[in-house]
Amino acid sequence: MGRYVLRRLLQLIPVFLGTTFLIYALVWAIPQDPFAGKCGQRPCDPAYIAEMSQKLNLNDPLVIQYFKYLGNLLVGDFGTTFNGVSVGEQIATSWPITLKMGIIALIIEAVIGIVAGVLTGLRKQGFLDNLVLVSTLFLISLPVFVTGFVLRLYLGPQGFDLMDTSVSSDPTFGELILPGFVLGSLSMAYVARLTRSSIVENRRADYVRTAIAKGQPQSRVVGIHLLRNSLIPVITFLGTDLGSLMGGAIVTEGVFNINGIGGLIFRGIQEKEGIMVTGIVTLLVLVYLLMSLIVDLLYAVLDPRIRYE
Amino acid sequence: MEFRTRDGVAKVLNGVSYHVSAGETLAVLGESGSGKSVTAQTIMGILDTPPGFITNGSIKFRGEDLLTQSAEERRQVRGEGIAMIFQDALSALNPVFTIGFQIEEQLKVRRGMSKVDARKRAVELLDQVKIPNAKGRVSDYPHQFSGGMRQRAMIAMSLALDPELLIADEPTTALDVTVQAQIMDLLAEIQKERDMGMILITHDLGVVADVADRISVMYAGRIVEHADVYELFRAPGHPYTESLLESLPRVDLRGQELKTIKGLPPSLTNIPPGCPFNPRCPRVFDRCSTEVPVVHNLGMGRTSRCHIAEEVVARG
Repeated sequence: MGRYVLRRLLQLIPVFLGTTFLIYALVWAIPQDPFAGKCGQRPCDPAYIAEMSQKLNLNDPLVIQYFKYLGNLLVGDFGTTFNGVSVGEQIATSWPITLKMGIIALIIEAVIGIVAGVLTGLRKQGFLDNLVLVSTLFLISLPVFVTGFVLRLYLGPQGFDLMDTSVSSDPTFGELILPGFVLGSLSMAYVARLTRSSIVENRRADYVRTAIAKGQPQSRVVGIHLLRNSLIPVITFLGTDLGSLMGGAIVTEGVFNINGIGGLIFRGIQEKEGIMVTGIVTLLVLVYLLMSLIVDLLYAVLDPRIRYE
Repeated sequence: MEFRTRDGVAKVLNGVSYHVSAGETLAVLGESGSGKSVTAQTIMGILDTPPGFITNGSIKFRGEDLLTQSAEERRQVRGEGIAMIFQDALSALNPVFTIGFQIEEQLKVRRGMSKVDARKRAVELLDQVKIPNAKGRVSDYPHQFSGGMRQRAMIAMSLALDPELLIADEPTTALDVTVQAQIMDLLAEIQKERDMGMILITHDLGVVADVADRISVMYAGRIVEHADVYELFRAPGHPYTESLLESLPRVDLRGQELKTIKGLPPSLTNIPPGCPFNPRCPRVFDRCSTEVPVVHNLGMGRTSRCHIAEEVVARG
């Protein structure tokens, strides 16, 4: 196990280098003047260009630029944007918001998805089963921004006025429940379907029959024997999903005007702030890699038949 | 007992009746699809409904009809009164829990034992079924056990609540021959020690001869013959049993071609009229395809469902 973890951690290094270099190249190797439009209507002052070029190492070849950037990253310096804002500080203020929302989304999709999946998996072809199948199909086929706008409109003051749908600049958990639900809605549908098919597959398994033959109460037959086996694929899905939720937050944050990572990256792209984009995407890559490592390790814990040499 | 399927209603069990006393072993013998496992699952109450429906009949345990009991009462009987072991221990044991957990679960949930006591008892049980180094292996997972060891662990688990009746559904079919003998010996020994009743479901005549006291032979969901094990081997009372015995390889008939029973067992949705065995029976005559044979009492607790049962026995 220890050796496996070490090997996986070492594998992270080339993957990290490869992906970040790709992002860096995509952002900085574009055949366009990075100073175009940066100084209003006028062309930029040569002194400013010289200073920023120096700061961003724009005069070096791309590979050298990349390694210099990486060196700064390693000491925690994400660099500054063209108008002198520290990328690190920006990330530090918006990161917790997106993380909060991602965790809320994850909890919502796990709880609702698993409960719906278990109930329908145990009782196929009832009203509930059809309801869940149709509603998940609905969620899967709707783009997230539609779900977001519709819920915001109908639940908010202009609609049925059931809740305050506006989100402040430093949102609380309560304010983020609706955006979190929207963010997690697509995955929630997948979790429900995954759980359902997994339960259906396992509920006729021999070990379930054994548990019944042992005279174990129904709650233990389902809650311990069946669920433990059926949730293995679901939990691995949820693990990798936290990474995608962070990246997928762009749309949801746009709909609800949340100052998170998504908004930051969107503005970064719009204003051609390459340094902002690379910084955030690098962070997302890191989260994704770590989550998939955790999921792989979790596999061995969930299923004792899997052993790492 | 019937299965309602898309191809029609399968009369899986029809007029099946047997009894087992404490300390006695009844073997239920039959080909695949003869309904022997379904009988066991019906007794346990672990049949899936649908497709399985019990239309009438009774299952009496300690004088009480299990079929009239509530689901909760039946659950209490499972494990405590009647326990069951299955054919394939690898799939019958839960792959993600340790052997210890699966035994202790019974003791903790059903008997309210503490964690420490349950662990102690689990090790004792594993010791009883002769698992070497039981203390060290109790926290192993099923996949870390060999086939024979898994079946032993399964037996230990079934014994956890000291059942009065053990149903063994083809306990040795998935094992290789040397291990088969060990497991059968173990079952016989445990049964004697605990004075426990046992229903041994098998298609293996060799297994039956060693362990069973009495035999019920099943064909197409019916018991066609019921006899004491010595009597049955000496003189079978039904042509089907006769054919089964003839298809056993024998040392004294070396070099001869092995006899088989021609044809296939009937589909249970489409049982032939008259005696269900008539299309394959070597002694078939005109009455067989029109009239369902009644139970012929052959004395000494022997019965046979054959029109010419007396004749068959006499010739044996």
